[in-house]
Amino acid sequence: MLILHRKSVKKGFDFTLMVAGESGLGKSTLVNSLFLTDLHKDRKLLNAEERISQTVEITKHTVDIEEKGVKLKLTIVDTPGFGDAVNNSECWRPVTDYINQQFEQYFRDESGLNRKNIQDNRVHCCLYFIPPFGHGLRPVDIEFMKILQDKVNVVPLIAKADCLTPSEIKKFKERLREEIDKCGIKIYQFPDCDSDEDEDFKQQDRELKESTPFAVIGSNTVVEARGQRVRGRLYPWGIVEVENPAHCDFVKLRTMLIRTHMHDLKDITNDCHYENYRALCIQTMASKMNADKRVESPIPILPLSTPDVETENLIKKKDEELRRMQQMLQKMQQQMHEQDL
Amino acid sequence: MTEPFPPTSAIPVPVGSHGSASGGSTLLGYIGIDTIIEQMRKKTMKAGFDFNIMVVGHSGLGKSTLLNTLFKSQVSRRNAGWPRDEKIPKTVEIKSVSHVIEEGGVKMKLTVVDTPGFGDQINNDNCWEPISKYINEQFEKFLKEEVNITRKKRIPDTRVHCCIYFIPPTGHSLRQLDIEFMKRLSHSVNIIPVIAKADTMTIEERQEFKQRVRKELETSGVEFYPQKEFDDDMEDKSDNDKIRETMPFAVVGSDKEYQVNGKRVLGRKTAWGIVEVENSNHCEFAKLRDFLIRSHLQDLKEVTHNIHYETYRAKRLNENGGLHPISSNGTQESNL
Repeated sequence: MLILHRKSVKKGFDFTLMVAGESGLGKSTLVNSLFLTDLHKDRKLLNAEERISQTVEITKHTVDIEEKGVKLKLTIVDTPGFGDAVNNSECWRPVTDYINQQFEQYFRDESGLNRKNIQDNRVHCCLYFIPPFGHGLRPVDIEFMKILQDKVNVVPLIAKADCLTPSEIKKFKERLREEIDKCGIKIYQFPDCDSDEDEDFKQQDRELKESTPFAVIGSNTVVEARGQRVRGRLYPWGIVEVENPAHCDFVKLRTMLIRTHMHDLKDITNDCHYENYRALCIQTMASKMNADKRVESPIPILPLSTPDVETENLIKKKDEELRRMQQMLQKMQQQMHEQDL
Repeated sequence: MTEPFPPTSAIPVPVGSHGSASGGSTLLGYIGIDTIIEQMRKKTMKAGFDFNIMVVGHSGLGKSTLLNTLFKSQVSRRNAGWPRDEKIPKTVEIKSVSHVIEEGGVKMKLTVVDTPGFGDQINNDNCWEPISKYINEQFEKFLKEEVNITRKKRIPDTRVHCCIYFIPPTGHSLRQLDIEFMKRLSHSVNIIPVIAKADTMTIEERQEFKQRVRKELETSGVEFYPQKEFDDDMEDKSDNDKIRETMPFAVVGSDKEYQVNGKRVLGRKTAWGIVEVENSNHCEFAKLRDFLIRSHLQDLKEVTHNIHYETYRAKRLNENGGLHPISSNGTQESNL
């Protein structure tokens, strides 16, 4: 058992997280707080004049994180310029293009002959930042989430939540949940936990579900609060502690994203969003093939050579092994998480 | 309330503590010119005055709350019967509500002009046009009254004296929409930019943001109120310079009261402390209030009348060589 664990741990995990939302909502700060990194240290903030001719960009940062022997290759995909212009029609297009590109790449790799070292660059989760200054979802929020709901796991967040009082947060969350329902937006749903889980876990799961969308605060600075040095924000009227559950839902988000649901996010990306893309792609190509005889797609619809029975069995066995290892790892992650508490 | 001073005298007599001369001819006695201030005050009190304030900014920036806090009463349109939860309108609407506020015997007819829908759409191209149109319509109304043969004794003044523009506290810099709006409208109305919901930023972040905003406004050629070119004299300039250096004011509004150190204060109660609206260590609401109401209220009206309105009038009179009637009821105006 130990050998299997070591093998997949050696390989490491990869996770791609996208952050989307207008500038100034604290996206970079939140990512730094979540992963204890300083990804945007030398970033130059553009002023309004410089941003006039800017369109939505897609930027990528990759960082390797290691904790207790477990390696994580984390890719953060940022979307600077989103929603910043006067006219934001179709500002989501570069985002969907990027997501589709990653699907396409994976599709090619998957259909290729050498699948030993497929890189999974598909976007596993998209954190969408909703400004806390509104009264609910704005037209741009609704449009973006509706367009992305079938391509990626959308997790809406209330950004810069320290400008809202507790009752305002409660009302805002209710309002958002209502509107998300009404507009039929399919955001990422936490799976129901198994009936054989212990009460503590179930309670935690319930609390998690009831506090969505999470109201988050991030910070790049350390302050002194209650005798401890913590990540926080210092105001003349008090100190906000990022990791204090009474102050914001940062801890809940981190728990959900990293400690309990990272795997589920990857699964759903693979089993739903990618499969949707793949089916659509195959359909389109098939109909295109019928339409014109010239087939330009390098992706083989029919495999060029069918693998022999022996190779097929080997592939099946490896698949089984991988599945078992993944299950084992999930249990280990859970144990590690319980030990942390 | 001071009473007029002892009767005048043309005979040179030793002057008491009331006589004074500054430049010009030496006064040989007390005349009583300075009582003009008292006379003006009495008249204003009797007549009352109009003040029209417009608020612009996208939904949720606390415009209504700030107005209510400024005028210590429920003056925003939300309290005049429009529900808080109404949907964002598809185009920018102009909604105005008037109230009469009385204090110390002085009556002010305050008109609040709200602009719901500004900046809320996906495509906000030209969302400033309805606002620009409204401002010009008020100038046009006034102009029509002015050129009438029989004029009203007191022309009702619906011109916008002041436009408070709410900048979202992103902490980065101004947005394109902010610059576009202020560039286009700073020549027809006094724009006072404020940083909304300032309790989102720490003091350090606030200072940096303000500096960046001021610099961007300068680079874009936006002259917000008080405009440098209208400073009357050195004293004015020095006073206004100080104000310009602290603008845009970072404000927080609230209509709820809490107990702090034995006093009841307006504030916002969070899990980590109470933000006190009128505490100058917390935010600059008090500065805005003093600036807007206690020191520059009259000046805002004067600049609107003497400069913005005159600019509009000159433009209209130069158009096609005269004033053309464009009123909807088709009344003919006398040619100028």
